[in-house]
Amino acid sequence: MSALAVSPALAPGKAAPYVIAAYAVFLAIVLIYVAIMARRLTRTEKDVQQLKRELDQRAAAAEHKDEREPVL
Amino acid sequence: MTTFGRGLRTLVLATVLTIIVALALVFFYAPLDADQGFIQKIFYLHVPLAIVSLCGFVFGGLLAIGHLRTRNRAWDMRSYVAIHMALIFGVGGLITGSIWAKASWGHWWDWSDPTLTSFLIVLLLFATYQPLRFSIEDPERQARYASVFAVVAAAFVPLNFIAVRLAQQFVHPRILTLGGGNLPGSMRLTFLVSLLGMALLYATLWKYEMTAKNARIQVRRLRRSLLGDDSVRPLGRSAAPS
Repeated sequence: MSALAVSPALAPGKAAPYVIAAYAVFLAIVLIYVAIMARRLTRTEKDVQQLKRELDQRAAAAEHKDEREPVL
Repeated sequence: MTTFGRGLRTLVLATVLTIIVALALVFFYAPLDADQGFIQKIFYLHVPLAIVSLCGFVFGGLLAIGHLRTRNRAWDMRSYVAIHMALIFGVGGLITGSIWAKASWGHWWDWSDPTLTSFLIVLLLFATYQPLRFSIEDPERQARYASVFAVVAAAFVPLNFIAVRLAQQFVHPRILTLGGGNLPGSMRLTFLVSLLGMALLYATLWKYEMTAKNARIQVRRLRRSLLGDDSVRPLGRSAAPS
């Protein structure tokens, strides 16, 4: 037995909320996913910046150490 | 842009363009279905979501074969992301299907329908993929076991599909068949463009996540090689490949 065969078509006014809900769910899923990924990307960006800072500090410290060492 | 993200911008543009065209076709070109009326518009979203999700599971299984053959962890990560994305699309397909069922059949779910039930079984099967990974601490073993699981579960997808097709009683309509089905030309075109849009969205998000994961791994590697192991926080147990 086909359930579709016994269910009459909904009037566009009644069907619209279901259609909107389905497309909204899809949009929400994509947006939530993109937001989560953007947050992760921001974290990676912060890590890169921190890494750069630490490397700069090390380079500066090494330069400072070279200047203080006596030349033989 | 990093080498991992090469082609991502083009892919994003193609995806956005295709989805816009698909939406325009759905709401302004495809005629209203004689039986279902306006509610049938969900078909152009629900079916591509379900198809892309199932193909994503198979894709994940194929990538896992790559890992088992080469022992290269990059394949494991590709497989992980493919399955992860397919799960998201599968949940979308399930929710949109339920909304369509409620509007069309009057109830959210029909346990007597083999298509619905089998799709849920496949989804639940792959939902155990992440807990399986999380339960194994050793990264090598985690990758190996996860790949074996992905291959076996992916093989289940076409078998399941054939079994459902062979089922005699079903309430799910069969509109897409090898013989051409019974979709009118305008509806068929709209459906194919929607399917293409959904496949492109899957590819884009897969590439996007792969790019992000690769960037993160590269940062960790750089940190380890430049600043030493002590400066890198231990990851702890994680389901994601690292």
